Amino acid sequence: MALDKDKVAHIARLARIRVEDKDLAPIGKELDQILSWIEQLNEVDTADIAPMTSVVSLKLKRRADQVTDGGYPEKIVANAPAAAHGYFTVPKVIE
Amino acid sequence: MAALTDLSLAAARDGLAKKKFSAREIAEAHIKAVEGARGLNAFITETPEKALTMAAQSDARIAKGEARPLDGIPLAIKDLFCTEGVLTTAASHILDGYTPQYESTVTSNLWRDGAVMVGKTNLDEFAMGSSNMTSYYGPVESPWRREGDNRPLVPGGSSGGSAAAVSARLALGATGTDTGGSIRQPASFCGIVGLKPTYGRCSRWGIVAFASSLDQAGPFARDVRDTAILMRTMAGHDPKDSTSVDLPVPDYEATLDGGVKGLKIGIPKEYRVDGMPAEIEKLWSQGIEWLKAEGAEIREISLPHTKYALATYYIVAPAEASSNLARYDGVRFGLRVDGDSLDDMYARTRAAGFGAEVRRRVMIGTYVLSAGYYDAYYLKAQKVRALIARDFDQAFGQVDAILTPTAPSAAFAIGDKMDDPIAMYLNDVFTVPASLAGLPALSLPAGLSGDGLPLGLHLIGRAFDEATVLRAARTIEKAAGFTARPGAAS
Repeated sequence: MALDKDKVAHIARLARIRVEDKDLAPIGKELDQILSWIEQLNEVDTADIAPMTSVVSLKLKRRADQVTDGGYPEKIVANAPAAAHGYFTVPKVIE
Repeated sequence: MAALTDLSLAAARDGLAKKKFSAREIAEAHIKAVEGARGLNAFITETPEKALTMAAQSDARIAKGEARPLDGIPLAIKDLFCTEGVLTTAASHILDGYTPQYESTVTSNLWRDGAVMVGKTNLDEFAMGSSNMTSYYGPVESPWRREGDNRPLVPGGSSGGSAAAVSARLALGATGTDTGGSIRQPASFCGIVGLKPTYGRCSRWGIVAFASSLDQAGPFARDVRDTAILMRTMAGHDPKDSTSVDLPVPDYEATLDGGVKGLKIGIPKEYRVDGMPAEIEKLWSQGIEWLKAEGAEIREISLPHTKYALATYYIVAPAEASSNLARYDGVRFGLRVDGDSLDDMYARTRAAGFGAEVRRRVMIGTYVLSAGYYDAYYLKAQKVRALIARDFDQAFGQVDAILTPTAPSAAFAIGDKMDDPIAMYLNDVFTVPASLAGLPALSLPAGLSGDGLPLGLHLIGRAFDEATVLRAARTIEKAAGFTARPGAAS
């Protein structure tokens, strides 16, 4: 199973990481090397095995459904590359 | 009297209580040591002023007879823990200038108990690496050198800066995080003790997330007692992390010297991997002899799915990372690279902000979670992970702790293994299985390689039984009498 340029471009698009056209093939080769190494898991018989979904079995705690935090928008946007009036700002999305 | 930077944490604590020296004096000695060791690149941010302020508060409490358990103890904090008002980078370009508005729970616990922060330590970018070479801030140099060879060595990773700082006497202890070996492997490479507690023992709140089902915070120190002291403060339930467990935190120091008489120690035969260096094999056998001589019962055990742990890890961890790292989008914090559209801004920001290894893992993770591949990769890995955890469950029916080597080699030179990701991943072959099963595991220095580098032994315990791991480690520590120290630090 080789990762062709289209496939790498598709993964990059899903991951929202810009990849230049010339880098698609080398990245494909690199990812391919890792993916063929992890193919070894196919040797393991996992029929009737439930996937592990939590590391420690514990019953999640419950708490009262109350607002216990918040009320400081200036802290929330303090690290934003661009903010105005207590909001994050982004490039215009709707014309 | 020994230099203040050379004391154990316990000795510093006791000396402070007896007013042999002040918290300010200890802080100043460490600030000076940090400045003198800048060549190691162990710190991303030094916080001398904060250290002096915190030390003054400690001195005031000690004077009033209100000393807290860690008052005046200088610690280095891995730059993956959010620290209020202090730059926090995860060693990534994408977190440029990020100054948290809140404090992580683990560091809050340390400050609550009086500890003093000397700085934020370097690491592999987003804790992804085993060499500290993927940091945006440049590699960390280990304070150790091979005998007769001055080439700089890696401190291991990802918590390389923390391990180097403790080893080089720049702090009495440090925090690390461990996802697949990121505390234990650098502890082994730097000749110090590192403990990854049970998943759920420490709160993950305020720690920059890598792989949420694997990440755990834990302490580094120069001996087992100091590790036990730090562990007690760092641990505990936190309502802000629903996976942190509400169990009492034992006084690990109090039970440290209980010995191993009657304890059953498992030796997993699958850890005798092909090509294991003779000196690692020898150290392992020596560790077995030390425990046996103190009355432990040694049993060979089988963990049959061990050989699949690394491949499982390299599906699960990148998958979780690809999801966790989706938050770095140029909107809420850190770097933004403008683009033609919102989507283009995301893609350009992430291409510029993430280093090569992080991009590689995010893409692998995206692929194994993507439509059509989820079952073949991610679900399969979660099933194999269940088998690996079951292996341990069965083993702990027969034994109380498991002894293995920590890493398949001593530290390697800076720049080595960089062209082959899988060769780098193999560093974690002995540490990853316990991570996948969420079990507590500790590395302690037990001997030197032929060329004079530290080698670690690795103890794995039952879930939430850090106490037994520490007790067995203390027994090995006494037998090993490891006193070697790094040349470059003196």
